[in-house]
Amino acid sequence: MITMIIIELQKMFKKWRTYIGFIAIGFLTVIVQLSLYMEGDRYINMATRSLKDQFVMSGNLMNGYLIANLILNGLFVHIPFLIVLVGGDLLAGEATAGTYRMLVTRPVSRFRILTSKFLAGNIYVIAMICWLALLSLGVSLLVFGSGEMITFGGGITILGEGDILWRFAGAYMVAFVSLSTVFSLSFLFSSLVENAIGPIVASMAVIIIMIILSALDIDILRSIRPYLFTTHMGVWSRFFTDPVDYREVFKSVTVLLVHTAIFYGAALYIFKKKDILS
Amino acid sequence: MESEKIIELSGLTKKFKNLTAVNDLNLNVYRGDVFGFLGPNGAGKSTTIRMMLSLIKPTGGNIKLFGKPLNENRTEVLRKIGAIVEKPDFYLYLTAYKNLEILGKISGGDVSKKKIMEMLELVGLAKRYNSKVKTFSHGMKQRLGLAQALLHDPELIILDEPTTGLDPQGMKEVRDLVLYLSREKGKTVFLSSHILREVELIASRMIIINKGTTQVEGTVKELLDSQNIDASIDVDNADEAVRLIENSEWKECIKQRNGNQLVLKMNKENLGALNKYLVENNIEVSALVPTRSLEEYFLKITEGEGK
Repeated sequence: MITMIIIELQKMFKKWRTYIGFIAIGFLTVIVQLSLYMEGDRYINMATRSLKDQFVMSGNLMNGYLIANLILNGLFVHIPFLIVLVGGDLLAGEATAGTYRMLVTRPVSRFRILTSKFLAGNIYVIAMICWLALLSLGVSLLVFGSGEMITFGGGITILGEGDILWRFAGAYMVAFVSLSTVFSLSFLFSSLVENAIGPIVASMAVIIIMIILSALDIDILRSIRPYLFTTHMGVWSRFFTDPVDYREVFKSVTVLLVHTAIFYGAALYIFKKKDILS
Repeated sequence: MESEKIIELSGLTKKFKNLTAVNDLNLNVYRGDVFGFLGPNGAGKSTTIRMMLSLIKPTGGNIKLFGKPLNENRTEVLRKIGAIVEKPDFYLYLTAYKNLEILGKISGGDVSKKKIMEMLELVGLAKRYNSKVKTFSHGMKQRLGLAQALLHDPELIILDEPTTGLDPQGMKEVRDLVLYLSREKGKTVFLSSHILREVELIASRMIIINKGTTQVEGTVKELLDSQNIDASIDVDNADEAVRLIENSEWKECIKQRNGNQLVLKMNKENLGALNKYLVENNIEVSALVPTRSLEEYFLKITEGEGK
């Protein structure tokens, strides 16, 4: 299996589309960092305007932690769209290129073929998150330095400098779980068709529809909302509340993992039954 | 003692909704055979091969390879098979060498540089080993397809139209390679083609299928070197020629008449005597063309595909 995963990774990283996500994240992160480098103080003043009457703000508030958090907030909705570019291509791309025939006539089971692709895809997702962490957190800390972190979600929280890194580690880990669910969805669509464009567009459409459904405050949707994976995709932000509500984190991670398992299981069933006609 | 059966298809059937692509196909291929699998386009050849390689599932019937049911022994059986299915497609963004290395690794064969280069040398692509496959012509991809099929030293080689897209020299090289693999290496070769001449040149046994069913089966010698042929004779006076033939030992041979052309089914050794008989009786013979009946039959079904 390890050989198969390595082969899948080699194939994946020889395709230029694999780098679109990395380039996009790199580009956007640098833009955000540059903007905040130039106008960061104005942003902090605006964000803390209402507090200035009661509190005295001191120290380096515009630090690497805050910027990494802002970048995560800003990009997390868009990263799924970059993930599906690769996920949607993993199986359908083989069909389009005609290489399914070469692959499926080898002496390996279809389970191993599919699972190695699925795991390689997840490694890609991890690589993407590591890249995001390196650029948004690593570079920001180097450029802006460290300090206490101020967060604005659901009220203002100020986290001590020594109390932040583990939160980022947790946030990136659960971010992987939610992006893995998105990847699995595109992987499922990829097993259904023989052209990579279809799964990419379909995955994007499903994500957009589910995000809208998750956001609409209508009674009838409230009952289904807890079961939509998009409702739980922002679970990473819970690591920046104090104290962290681990019950909610666990609930969200469970919903996301169940979705991932269902998408993977369905893809496996379809792939095992599939007649390779391409 | 009967030779070991390498491929055994019994009652093999594949239906796609209302279309029956393969219908109750039976065939046996023995160890060491170069087996010609002949039929016009759309006859069901590739569908049969896809079923033999577990790319698609049969609707009915059984497939045994190396004496074992394919379903239950898929991985074990596929390890002994090298194949080209229709056109060989590769990862275009990888080099020829990398493609072979990847496919060889998945097959569990020897993927040493020496072995890969040996295969590329065999198919005449050694100098292009580091070129991306997207720069290859169709013929070069076909050669690379052969290399990947042979890389893990399989016992059975399944080739689906391996000469498609090759120039005459390339076609000859593939034929020579197949003969070499069969004679020198003892490989069993299952060769699908829609070109009778190609099969005739290299196969020991053959089957012709059309519309998914078996039409003719036997040894190539039996089927193509038959003494009984169709002779087409163009004469100046067909009425008189018919009268003469009806009064001769060949009176049962007349099969058909089209104007001044007669078609006789006869032993090819008697062609000279018939010609002499007609000429001596003042019949001018302007053409005498022997056609093997199988060839004619095959031509007919092949022509039919375009109608």
